[in-house]
Amino acid sequence: MYLRGTYVVVDPGTVRTDDDDVVVDDDDEPPSKKLETIANTAKPNAPHSKYLWSRVRKNITNHTTRHFGRRRVIQPMINLLTFPGAQRPARSYRTDADGVGIATYEWGNESAPPLFLVHGGSDFAGTYDVFAPIMAAAGYRVISWDHRGHGDSDHTALYGWDADIRDALTVMSSITTQAAPVVAHSKGGALMLQLADASPYRISKLVNIDGMPSKRRMPDAPDHDQTRMMAGEITGWLDFRHEAAATHRKPGTLHELAVRRGKMNPRLPIEWLEYLVTIGARQDDDGWRWKLDPTMRFGGFGPWRPEWTLLRMIALGMPFLGLIGTVDEPMGWGTRPRDLVPWIPRNGRLEAIADVGHFVHIEKPNEVSTMILEFLS
Amino acid sequence: MNTTAHTMQQLTHNKISLALHTLRVGSGTPLLLLHGLGEHSPSTVPEVAARWPGPIYALDFTGHGQSSVPAGGGYSCEILLADVDIALRHLGGACLLGRGLGAYVALLAAGARPELVHGAVLTDGPGLAGGATHISAVTEIATAGDRSGKTPDPWALIELSRDARPANYASTFARLSATDPNGIDPIAVCCVVRPPWIDAINEEPGVVTGLSIEEALENYAAP
Repeated sequence: MYLRGTYVVVDPGTVRTDDDDVVVDDDDEPPSKKLETIANTAKPNAPHSKYLWSRVRKNITNHTTRHFGRRRVIQPMINLLTFPGAQRPARSYRTDADGVGIATYEWGNESAPPLFLVHGGSDFAGTYDVFAPIMAAAGYRVISWDHRGHGDSDHTALYGWDADIRDALTVMSSITTQAAPVVAHSKGGALMLQLADASPYRISKLVNIDGMPSKRRMPDAPDHDQTRMMAGEITGWLDFRHEAAATHRKPGTLHELAVRRGKMNPRLPIEWLEYLVTIGARQDDDGWRWKLDPTMRFGGFGPWRPEWTLLRMIALGMPFLGLIGTVDEPMGWGTRPRDLVPWIPRNGRLEAIADVGHFVHIEKPNEVSTMILEFLS
Repeated sequence: MNTTAHTMQQLTHNKISLALHTLRVGSGTPLLLLHGLGEHSPSTVPEVAARWPGPIYALDFTGHGQSSVPAGGGYSCEILLADVDIALRHLGGACLLGRGLGAYVALLAAGARPELVHGAVLTDGPGLAGGATHISAVTEIATAGDRSGKTPDPWALIELSRDARPANYASTFARLSATDPNGIDPIAVCCVVRPPWIDAINEEPGVVTGLSIEEALENYAAP
């Protein structure tokens, strides 16, 4: 069928950004009320009494200290809010990936065996703040990083999967050139399937958490209608490229940003989303803004086909564990367990976890970490 | 009356500064030259385009010629399509003459902006074929080495020489280009080399073959 199931994105994994979050410079929407203190944004009267709301000096997370070769070591990270079980990384530094600064984070003992965690599109390493400490406590040196354009990594002119994979390999090589275990979520999972296929000697065991894209969800439209829809996506994307240089993210209160993110993360508690704001967003004079590069947006077209990832997956030789929730979510690929069964490699297995959405490891950190630690051992 | 004057202006595409060269000033429909992979714009009007009656421009793609070089690569033909779209909007439309990689990007532009592309002439040149038409067979992650930061950007050479160009993806753009209300055949395939994406668009309406480059340009130059 012409185009059916081939309707894909230019920047896969960056497509699920909430477009309501992006504005251009000539947008006349008034900024949110200027925030003077953290207390203004932290909604102390909200029903979060079981969580500790810490009033910490503004900009406490801006810090730079000393240099070790390619790494700029910064102070241990202190966060504005806490969340049960969440721990900021013990170490944080930048890795130079061919001129792109990649914010890199570590939990656990530096002399322990490495374990790499790879986040999904529109996310950042801080989304592992609950999961990573569990893995570190189990005896791993846990390393993660913000993808280019995400979190505290550099915003670049170009984005693409090959570039993301090179960035990943640069970070991994700065730790070890030996095969190491990798746990990767969503877009990160699909990236690591490609790396595992291209460089199988770099990954000893691979855990993929709902990052096994099958065909993208498409309406059951006739071919000519799909062509027209593609034309609309192309012109929309090109029009955006004309104004991309003038785009910025819409400011808001900490709570407003959490609510915005909640549209794409409807199953995650607002307290967790607010915690993420304090990591993945920055506080400007007129409010909080997500750090995610605003030039990343819906692509909607491109030659890449999501199902190609599965062709790579079945070819893998290293031990493989695929985890997938059974509840579909906006940021998920829409892949069902039965779509994956034919593509699980001989040395792998698939676990479908009931009543869990796309963020399997965030909804069920203990259950998922137990399963993964058993697999890694 | 046409005169020859090579000047260059910078256009902004997000964080990239694009070099648009004026090879000949004049009135009428502009001709926009798109170079091949690893090449850059010529400084004079190529002989093959000498009879074009209007102004002639040439665009350096991102990471090529006098356009800026982004850090760390991340190239795609769709980004180069957006480069061309920036130039097309600046010029108010043009006929495209593409070499190699520029031919493929010209096809994409003709499909994406049929109202701005008054014919696309596809010719042989570096980067015409692209990479795999299926999953890539790449078995190693390439590195740029010490040429990083210079044009042609080694990341452009690496990534754009192995980008996927599935046949039905190319066909889609050929079909989209045929929506031009002027009713001209918008794509002229003048290349000898026929990678799968060229074979695929040959079957589409609005694609003409068998013409020389000069003949194709003459057709698109006709009022």
